[in-house]
Amino acid sequence: MSQVPQVNNQGHLKHFLTIEGLDRSLLTRILDIAESFSGVTTQPIKKIPLLRGKTVANLFFESSTRTRTTFELAAKRLSADVLNIALASSATTKGESLLDTLRNLQAMQIDMFVVRHSQSGAAHFIAENVAPHVSVINAGDGRHAHPTQALLDMFTIRRHKTGFDGLIVAIVGDILHSRVARSQIHALSNLGTGEIRVIAPKTLLPTQVENLGVRVFHDLASGLKDADVVMMLRLQKERMEGGLLPSEHEYFQHFGLTEERLSSAKPDVMVMHPGPINRGVEMASEVADGPRSVILEQVTYGIAVRMAVMSLVIQPSDGVIA
Amino acid sequence: MNRLTIHAGRVIDPANNLDGIQDVFIENGRILTLGAPPEGFTPDQVIDAQGCIVCPGLIDLAARIREPGAEHKADIASECQAAVAAGITTLCIPPDSDPVVDTPAVVELIQHRAAQAGGARIVILGALSKDLRHQTLSEMAELKAAGCVGISDGGRPVSDSAFLRHAMDYASTFDLPVHLTPVDPALGANGCAHDGMVATRLGLPGIPVATETAALARDLALFEETGARGHIGRLSSARALTQLLHAKQLALPVSCDVSTHHLHLTEMDLLGYNSDCNVLPPLRTQLDRDQLRKALKTDVIDAICSDHQPHDVDAKQAPFCAAEPGISALESFLPLALRMHDEHQLALPALIAKITATPARILGIEYGQLSPGTIADIVIFDPNEEWTLNTDTLLSRGKNSPFAGWSLKGRVRFTLLDGQIKYRHDV
Repeated sequence: MSQVPQVNNQGHLKHFLTIEGLDRSLLTRILDIAESFSGVTTQPIKKIPLLRGKTVANLFFESSTRTRTTFELAAKRLSADVLNIALASSATTKGESLLDTLRNLQAMQIDMFVVRHSQSGAAHFIAENVAPHVSVINAGDGRHAHPTQALLDMFTIRRHKTGFDGLIVAIVGDILHSRVARSQIHALSNLGTGEIRVIAPKTLLPTQVENLGVRVFHDLASGLKDADVVMMLRLQKERMEGGLLPSEHEYFQHFGLTEERLSSAKPDVMVMHPGPINRGVEMASEVADGPRSVILEQVTYGIAVRMAVMSLVIQPSDGVIA
Repeated sequence: MNRLTIHAGRVIDPANNLDGIQDVFIENGRILTLGAPPEGFTPDQVIDAQGCIVCPGLIDLAARIREPGAEHKADIASECQAAVAAGITTLCIPPDSDPVVDTPAVVELIQHRAAQAGGARIVILGALSKDLRHQTLSEMAELKAAGCVGISDGGRPVSDSAFLRHAMDYASTFDLPVHLTPVDPALGANGCAHDGMVATRLGLPGIPVATETAALARDLALFEETGARGHIGRLSSARALTQLLHAKQLALPVSCDVSTHHLHLTEMDLLGYNSDCNVLPPLRTQLDRDQLRKALKTDVIDAICSDHQPHDVDAKQAPFCAAEPGISALESFLPLALRMHDEHQLALPALIAKITATPARILGIEYGQLSPGTIADIVIFDPNEEWTLNTDTLLSRGKNSPFAGWSLKGRVRFTLLDGQIKYRHDV
């Protein structure tokens, strides 16, 4: 099995599978393009014809609301035809292999697959097996990566802060199972963030996480000290069953974000969350709905960022974008 | 009368401490003598073995041949032919076929098919329990009578330690060695990669080293207490070696092996989600690999096996963790083992012992030696011939090899079984 590079030898994005390995200039360019698209989404006529005549298939092997919807909106605003295929409830449960599903869909002349799958590496696998003209965008694979989520988080940070260099960013919660956290760490790191911290109990941290270039904290108070950005992660209820945590109650007592705990961060700290939020588990409603929360902005920016990524992979020459 | 001379090869026979250029004389399927020809010996055939190594046919301690039960992956005929082409004259197969080897009938079926196939010999490990469910002991005495050379967990770990203790006691009643693969099934359940940096980066559920060491500590404690003979298969970690060294210092009758892929690959080979590197136990760190290599030299590890697990194409055409674990390893077995001599300073006779005489001793079988009067299972190979592994030309039906494209050194010229040439590769 060969390794399919997401960037071709001309430096253009062919697929968008992971943030790891994408340099600062390319990430900045994507964010700049997203900035130019964010105007489009607020105009009365919200369409531009960059993807006219192209067909985008949203291939979701796991259920999702906001990611799938924002990808769909992004594709439609670029004038693409969009197919939503919810495979969580379809062919794969009838025993069809992933490859067969893919081949059948490819026979329908799809130009781009937006893929979410529970297996780490699924998007890579699909990218290796699609026809040469087809692009693949990773909308989340197992614990591995969710690169467009990380990019929209970076976009949101950039809207509020002047640069990444001097920032202290704390990621709080279930790092072990989180594809969002892994992509955020790579994105923050590649954009030159001053300090990246992860805050979690030891049961929710992957082995040797410090080698990803983060400082590890097991205590919310010290981890949040002087933070410019706090990125919360969702805690799945299953974590209580496998012996990783005793209860939601104890988790909230020690790792839940409250206004009081947030006071050790910088006064202009911004609070983020990829959604959906478990109120009273990873964060208090007062924080989620409070003045420092940018959670709904993140959702809005998700459309422009996904438009930028889609336009780049489908038209690698990107000459059309002003 | 069927007489054969193997002329002027470097004969390495670790069982008899032999290493030198000499002739081998074979009559009626057995070794007649080595060195000077017996009086009046006129061979029907002479094999010119100049420049080649002549040694006992290789004995592979662990190979899945997929029959019965998974003939869509491979079958006895295909794998026994692939084995002789790779210089392997005896394959030891674990009992986890479908049905599992828990009755004499399954043993007889496999032996019958192997005899028809006419390739490598097969020796069989019987199941430790009925259906390998580890709730009721298998009929071990019956299995032994049917020809099983040991009993095994078949790679399905026994979580009930009391049951395992009984199995050891019962097996040793009939002098059957117990073959185990040390895995704590709860530690790293659903994992598919070494719990380390690469798994963290790729987001793959990890299998910690303690999965191996916790089970191994239990297994060794039970071997010590019961006095049963045993074999620990497929070691993957440096820490397990410390435990085995200790066991050997206590003189426990326990041997162990490592697969060729654990000697040459590490977790780094998983980057890019190469599903051909999905194996159990997982490929671990460079340090682990280096310690495994070292342990061959210090004899903490007794033997090298292929851990051959052929798969159909679909089994590997999936995202990493969804792919089935295992490598089609018969045909890379000898050259990868030889690499331990070429690149890692393991003396050739010591290396050859680990793929011939020592596995024969572990299995309690008469092969793996060139003593006069013994059965003439012999491999003749050119240790210097280089070739590139191309999965299309593998004889095994399993094409799942992460060594595809590797330049390998060492190629079989002749494989003899019962003194008959079963494979030849002319230059």
